[in-house]
Amino acid sequence: MDFLQPRSWAEALEAKAAHPGAVPIAGGTDVMVELNFDKHRPEALLDLNRVDDLAQWWTEDGRVRLGAGVSYSRVIDELGDTLPGLAMASRTVGSPQIRNRGTVGGNLGAASPAGDAHPALLAAEASVEVASTRGTRSIPIAEFYTGVKRNALEPDELVAAIWVTPPSGPQQFSKIGTRNAMVISVAAFGLALHPDRRTVGTGIGSAAPTPRRAPDAESFLAGELDWDGRRELADSVAREFGERVRAAASPIDDVRGTAAYRLHSLSVMARRALAWAWHDYQRAA
Amino acid sequence: MSTPATQTDTATTGRIGDSPLRPDGVQKVTGEFAYSSDLWLDDMIWGATLRSPHPHARIRSIDIGAAMATAGVHTVLTADDVPGRNRVGLEHDDQPALADGIVRYQGEPVAIVAADHPEVARQAAKKIVVDYEVLPAVTEGRAALDPTAPLVHPDGNLVRHLRIRKGGTVPDSAPVVVSLDFEVGMQDQAFLGPESGLAVPAEDGGVELYVATQWLHVDQRQICQALALPPEKVRLTLAGVGGAFGGREDLSMHVHACLLAMHTNRPVKMVYNREESFFGHVHRHPASMRYEFGADEDGRLRYGKAEIVFDGGAYASSTGAVVGNGGTMGLGPYRFPVVHVDCFGVYTNNPPCGAMRGFGCVQAAFAHEALMDELADRVGVDRIAIRQLNGMREGDENITGQLIDSAAPVGELLQIVNDLPLPPAPTGTRDLRDLPGGVANTTHGEGVVRGVGYAVTYKNVGFSEGFDDYSTARVRLEITAGEPVVTVHTAAAEVGQGLITVEQQICRTELGVERVVVHAKDTQVGSGGSTSASRQTYVTGGAVKAACEAVRTAILERAAAAARTPVAGLRLDGGKIVSSSGEVVAALADLLGAEAIEETVEWRHRPTSRIDPETGQGDAHVQYAFSAHRAVVDVDIELGLVKVVALDTAQDVGKAINPAAVMGQIQGGSAQGMGLALMEEIIVQDGIIRNPSFTDYLIPTILDMPPMKIEVLEYADPHAPYGVRGVGEPPTISSGPAVAAAIRQATGLALRRVPVRPEHITGTL
Ligand SMILES: Cc1cc2nc3c(=O)[nH]c(=O)nc-3n(C[C@H](O)[C@H](O)[C@H](O)COP(=O)(O)OP(=O)(O)OC[C@H]3O[C@@H](n4cnc5c(N)ncnc54)[C@H](O)[C@@H]3O)c2cc1C
Repeated sequence: MDFLQPRSWAEALEAKAAHPGAVPIAGGTDVMVELNFDKHRPEALLDLNRVDDLAQWWTEDGRVRLGAGVSYSRVIDELGDTLPGLAMASRTVGSPQIRNRGTVGGNLGAASPAGDAHPALLAAEASVEVASTRGTRSIPIAEFYTGVKRNALEPDELVAAIWVTPPSGPQQFSKIGTRNAMVISVAAFGLALHPDRRTVGTGIGSAAPTPRRAPDAESFLAGELDWDGRRELADSVAREFGERVRAAASPIDDVRGTAAYRLHSLSVMARRALAWAWHDYQRAA
Repeated sequence: MSTPATQTDTATTGRIGDSPLRPDGVQKVTGEFAYSSDLWLDDMIWGATLRSPHPHARIRSIDIGAAMATAGVHTVLTADDVPGRNRVGLEHDDQPALADGIVRYQGEPVAIVAADHPEVARQAAKKIVVDYEVLPAVTEGRAALDPTAPLVHPDGNLVRHLRIRKGGTVPDSAPVVVSLDFEVGMQDQAFLGPESGLAVPAEDGGVELYVATQWLHVDQRQICQALALPPEKVRLTLAGVGGAFGGREDLSMHVHACLLAMHTNRPVKMVYNREESFFGHVHRHPASMRYEFGADEDGRLRYGKAEIVFDGGAYASSTGAVVGNGGTMGLGPYRFPVVHVDCFGVYTNNPPCGAMRGFGCVQAAFAHEALMDELADRVGVDRIAIRQLNGMREGDENITGQLIDSAAPVGELLQIVNDLPLPPAPTGTRDLRDLPGGVANTTHGEGVVRGVGYAVTYKNVGFSEGFDDYSTARVRLEITAGEPVVTVHTAAAEVGQGLITVEQQICRTELGVERVVVHAKDTQVGSGGSTSASRQTYVTGGAVKAACEAVRTAILERAAAAARTPVAGLRLDGGKIVSSSGEVVAALADLLGAEAIEETVEWRHRPTSRIDPETGQGDAHVQYAFSAHRAVVDVDIELGLVKVVALDTAQDVGKAINPAAVMGQIQGGSAQGMGLALMEEIIVQDGIIRNPSFTDYLIPTILDMPPMKIEVLEYADPHAPYGVRGVGEPPTISSGPAVAAAIRQATGLALRRVPVRPEHITGTL
């Protein structure tokens, strides 16, 4: 197996173009597991850890550009206020060791339906900047996930960054696991209220072949919320929102949980997350 | 070569009742400790195992051609290459070292490969072509007893049926009758150090095996049989053990590594990875149980009835003894005038099950403790009171008619846990880490209900039912560089429990010498028996004590003769022989010179006896150890998630030889029991393990385990050395049922299965 170690982004893109079968490795917390369990024998590994730019984030035109190689620990420490939903999701990832190594770009590369960054990024309506020697393009996050552990990258492309607009309203993230830390999600839910646009963003994890939004729940809620008066949320609205989130999912039974439980827990998480978010919105007035 | 060296302890102080630091403690925390997976010889090659993908199949043929032809491969072996009797097993020789003709569970070893590199060995193993004829499988314990079930072994699917009949026939009715069915899932020992070892061919045609195990001599016996070698040609040395909990009592890679080493005449190392480890050792028996208790109006028990079925999987391992324990201990530490117990162990095509901490008592405790709660509720008394009313006391007979002839503080232990302060009711904004779901942010208090649960248990210590249970200790006293040094040599496995330190503490106490060297654990000394059944401090501790006494007698006799004084009144202290008046009679250095005094003692606890096959009556056990737990849980009843808030316990340990180690055993055992109640389960469907990884076999993390309040009682057992009582298992037995009871109280649900999953609490199965 070849080990390619580009020192710059340009070199990385050239290497990927020359070796489309090379598997990029960032934190390695997914890649090494696959190698150790002998799931894959790639012809080459493409190590992105020497590409400094990849592990940087900055703000540009009012949006955060989060380099694909920024670790969860740094998202938590440095972006807790700017990207609260993603930071909440990051806190639930693995253990301290995994959060130090694992990256948001790696989560996108793996595109597992159980990846914790996805519901938060979906709710925040992020977009993914991908690049190749052919050029750069931007993919809306909801179009990035194309199937179970598949994404919209072409064989010669790499994820460069994730673009997220800092929120105009509260965000929440919740995840079910069958122990209280260090657990893969059984179901997860991300919520963002966007008062500037008067829209609602959602993201569902581990309850469909890909991470997905709940569009019907979003438009329903956007229409029901009293954006100006910030009046109390009717319980019936919260419940209906939960039911519509549930209806958007299509989970399976597996060793981690039953489909019925996943559906049930999504409705509860959505209802509770909405109550917390709305409470924050009321207080912010 | 880095193989286990003789331990030279840096701590030179610490007698019985002290808590000296363990020699392996700092090494383990800093990552310096050499585990069996770290064994290394420069000229070694690597072994790998091909395992059956089927729960039950006939092997039509095995083609090793492609594997043999792989560059770097030294040899490929199958059942045909086993020189001796191709059968191993703890109680029954029913398991081939390599499958011969039939495979009976998914993961059964079929062929082994030795190659220059572990990766080459693994790839070559995949090239072995096995032609299987898949056979119908039986994959459920009760179904195995059906006369039409497929047979796992020619003689039928029953491994053992134990009957206990006491006090006449069970009455047709009683003022209060409670009953339940209960299921316990398959728990794994989940030790962190995978199965591993290094076999080195010896010039005399024998083999040296360095291996992580629980009982060197029982391994040796089985390896000798498979290799057709006498014991003196199969020499075992204990390598660094990364946890055991029963899962290393059976053989794993032992025979395989030896076979490969002898065929290739090269040292062969084998290390399982985590996934293979799930197939490489036995698990805790899943159990299916039916219980019925009858009582007076006031809750006093009149009878206890139980039917327990343990699924032993494809090979017997220690299923017979698990049935022995589960049956004889199966009604818990209560007084029953009339008893009717049937306990079965069966063969199925599931993964083999055998020893795990708590050994048959863990499963039964979930049932009898749930039923005691039910009884309390029906009678209208509290859950402590019902247990105290019926709790066993010293002088009682247990259900096999054995006299409980030392402390049986059931009522007191319950009182202690009941009197411990409860955690305060939550107020204000709570840290997410204190809530069910933790930082995954599923509740800020919504849906959270608190529950409290209690459980009490008793566990037999040591090997039972007439087993010749002994340990051997060799103790040597000599002068090295002018200083007296004791060397203690036993074959008793240190698996992380702290036996090395206990051996040193006993030697210091008995011989008054500070420097104690613990010799490597190997088969150059007689058997130490198994590191299981909470027995080593008792039995090997007893042997070390007896050997020290023999050395001391020899020394004092010599000193008395030299000083022309009577032996009586002389003692050893600080390297000197001192008279009853405190006068120094002689210094050890002067008395011994260049000579050493060495004594070897084989020590036995008082004998036990077989139980009557019809009535189950008899003095089956050596000693009983008691513990009680109180669990406090917060349950998110809408999401089914649980946070254990407190898990407090009281336990009688007879005498705490090393109080810090006692605490460690109680904490670890409690966590393991809690794990079974909440999350630990090997999920087996149609004989196939669905979650052979730590991704999906979950064990508690630091955020799942609450801080514990631990109260230790020391009621000496007059029959045991220093009064000790086994410590390691009781906490694993009473913690889980207490957690399950607390969840029942919080949710109001019956919850008749563990682990309790969120689906059970939310009705979404
Ligand atoms: C013990 C453990 C616990 C875990 N717990 C969680 C958890 O709780 N939640 C969770 O979501 N995940 C969890 N994971 C999975 C993993 O940590 C995450 O998916 C993480 O985000 C992966 O990031 P990484 O940088 O380590 O990726 P890597 O392993 O380096 O790569 C992951 C994938 O992305 C590709 N890739 C990486 N960078 C790029 C790029 N710039 N462009 C294109 N492709 C790229 C790789 O080729 C690979 O396919 C856990 C893993 C382990 C081992």
